[in-house]
Amino acid sequence: MFQETENTMSTPSSDVTANDVTDVLFRKFPNAIQPDEREGYSGIIVSPDHLVEVAQSIRDDLRHDLLTSLSYVDYIDEGYFEVVYHAYDTRKGGPAFNFKARVPRDEAVLPSLTGVWLSANLQEREAWDLMGIRFTGHPNLKRLLTWEGFEGHPLRKDWREPFYEEEKKPFKSRWPEGHAERAENRLPYGMNVQYPPEFTPDGWVPEGDAAIYEALGAPTTDSGISLHHIKTDQLIVNMGPQHPSTHGVFRMAVTLDGETITRLEPVVGYLHRNHEKIGERNTYLGNMPFTDRLDYICSMSNNLAYALTVEKMIGQEVPERAELLRILVLELTRIINHFWLIGFLLNDLGAFFTPALYMIMERELILDLFEALSGSRMMCNYMRFGGVAYDLPSYVGGPAVKPGDKARYLDTMQFIKDLVYDRLPKATDQIDTFLTQNEVLVSRCKGVGILPTDLAIACGMTGPVLRASGVAYDIRRSDPYSIYNELDFDVAVRYNGDTYDRYLIRLDEIRQSLRILEQIIPRLEATEGQEYWAGKRGHTIRVPKGEHYGHADNPKGELGFYIVSDGTANPYRYHIRAPSLINITALEAMCQGLKVADSVVILGSLDIVLGELDR
Amino acid sequence: MYGLGILKGLGVTIKHFAATYIEDFKQGMKHYTDEERFAIRQGVEARGLFTVQYPEEKLAVPERFRYMPFLVVNDADHPDAPGQPWCTSCGICSKVCPPQCIWIVRCTDPETGRPKPEPREFYIDIDICMNCGFCAEFCPFDAIKMDHDYEISSYDRSSAHIYDLEKLSKPLSYWQTIAPTRAEEERLAREAKEAAKAGKVQG
Repeated sequence: MFQETENTMSTPSSDVTANDVTDVLFRKFPNAIQPDEREGYSGIIVSPDHLVEVAQSIRDDLRHDLLTSLSYVDYIDEGYFEVVYHAYDTRKGGPAFNFKARVPRDEAVLPSLTGVWLSANLQEREAWDLMGIRFTGHPNLKRLLTWEGFEGHPLRKDWREPFYEEEKKPFKSRWPEGHAERAENRLPYGMNVQYPPEFTPDGWVPEGDAAIYEALGAPTTDSGISLHHIKTDQLIVNMGPQHPSTHGVFRMAVTLDGETITRLEPVVGYLHRNHEKIGERNTYLGNMPFTDRLDYICSMSNNLAYALTVEKMIGQEVPERAELLRILVLELTRIINHFWLIGFLLNDLGAFFTPALYMIMERELILDLFEALSGSRMMCNYMRFGGVAYDLPSYVGGPAVKPGDKARYLDTMQFIKDLVYDRLPKATDQIDTFLTQNEVLVSRCKGVGILPTDLAIACGMTGPVLRASGVAYDIRRSDPYSIYNELDFDVAVRYNGDTYDRYLIRLDEIRQSLRILEQIIPRLEATEGQEYWAGKRGHTIRVPKGEHYGHADNPKGELGFYIVSDGTANPYRYHIRAPSLINITALEAMCQGLKVADSVVILGSLDIVLGELDR
Repeated sequence: MYGLGILKGLGVTIKHFAATYIEDFKQGMKHYTDEERFAIRQGVEARGLFTVQYPEEKLAVPERFRYMPFLVVNDADHPDAPGQPWCTSCGICSKVCPPQCIWIVRCTDPETGRPKPEPREFYIDIDICMNCGFCAEFCPFDAIKMDHDYEISSYDRSSAHIYDLEKLSKPLSYWQTIAPTRAEEERLAREAKEAAKAGKVQG
């Protein structure tokens, strides 16, 4: 079940498209929009009064039906916030259409776009939480990542974190007079166990929960489900944050009628560390290892999305060898991720750890390669601007040093070949035999958690979840990066949009990844010894003034980086469009009317990672 | 037939279960004691039991493995300056460090008051270090390297986790043991650089 997409459809020059689409808008809204003419910027600026109509026109007339990213920037010197929207065309592909709206800092109110795109829902909540921009007409505008009692809006440029030292790294206290001091000693409340003066931990009631329950609505008896005149009450159940089925610290507040879900609200932010603020303090290169910690299953893909964005801004070319090495690790990462997902989906279905361990065994071998290649199994930190950090090592494994160490010297190329040509295809077929026809899996997954095509697009779903709902939208094809336009592969599509299809599409994608890898290996052999890292290889790079939204098709969906540079060595704004966060927008719609146990499976098939979701 | 899928799946499980015993039968105890068998057990041909019996067995880490930095110092049998750190306290590592966990006090000559190219104090807060390896990657003197010793648990986190110069210093021979290929490559690169320098001076 594949949809052939032609290579030629891709990359219309971005300028042409931008002019074509803006023409329509300028004719329709002559007074409401103006082009963004700042140096290094693109897109249009829409006046807040007409934002909703213009957005509707972009969706319906320009057919840019997928709003992927909603970013927000605090231009403190100019005195306004800017909200930046990126919309894509799922049918034709091509680059993003970006439009912006500005609001003064002291009166930050914008109309909500939730009526046009549901995908704005969680992102607007995030913008309110972290930047303090109010969205009128938003159905549920409350804090998303920080807790309800949080003071201030942390991404504003005048907000400072508890460990604040300086605006930008490197900090001056480290050299040449760097007298070490433990960060913990500088905590505002002294040691970790102390509390502010008037705070009594025993009597404290978390206020936030009341708000969450309020949003779920008072339990009613009218759920539209016939209960044969049995008198029942609805009740609210909290699944998580500590629950094995939520794959991390994720909480679902669920209203139940018997065992049937009537309302569901995801509660997130337990792993929030304000990654974006850290990113704005860091240098450009310094952010690279931090991206590893977003979706820690796929650190290589995160590295790439970030490297692509910065490379585009500084105009850095990447040598062929580096592109090949990148695709090698990217597609192996995709395989790892899908193995991991299938394994844990089966955990959620009750096949406790047998399938998961079979998958992890294959993953372990790939991680051995990553470790030999980049130095770390999961936190790879492998990509650099202009290439990759290392060429392939001569062998996988290491010399025995410590007592008990077992040395391995496995030829790298042979190792990769054995994996790609033999081991991984067999493992994939084995999953197929093991699970696909399994009656329990089929009855638990088929027809469960159906995500219709139009809802999937409206909710901004991306990646395998969108493709399982019948949309052949893959950024590797629609807006190709790296050397994907030279490679022969199909965009996997499934059409039912249920959990079973979301399982099957992962198998399809593994097979496509193997197909890509088979094309990569001969080219890797042919380019042996060539340059793998072009450019200056410096640790401090300056990025020209401007903005850029770079994105890549990660195994979980579209990972996007929106970066604004003010011409210095640190990004002025560093926003991440996290696929895990936006993919839970449709969770309630998918779970409604199903049993509690199904919500676990549906969440499993959405494939979230909390490191990325909470950032 | 209903249940056929489950039966087929169980077939896969049984294959996995039996594979260990088949390997045991074929290899005997050699399967667990032999060094070469270990590489096969933990390689692409692995069948059956995939466990490494830590801590009796440990997977040797690759040369590029990175876990906490250390400072390279001269070997104890160095003719001129045994134990002398290679670090010149230029501060590049502390500037490039993403979480800013490296603290360096530069040495100054007591007579002239000018900075001397060696560190007086050097600290790494290993609670903060994220093992990214940038310090080693960008050090122009090969003076800081990523360690391979991952067993570093301690009883007290509040006092034992800021490593100082003494704790960080490890001889060059240690680096040559844990990463023989890379140490050799670096030595050749250094010699080539010296030769080029000498050539320039003469020319």
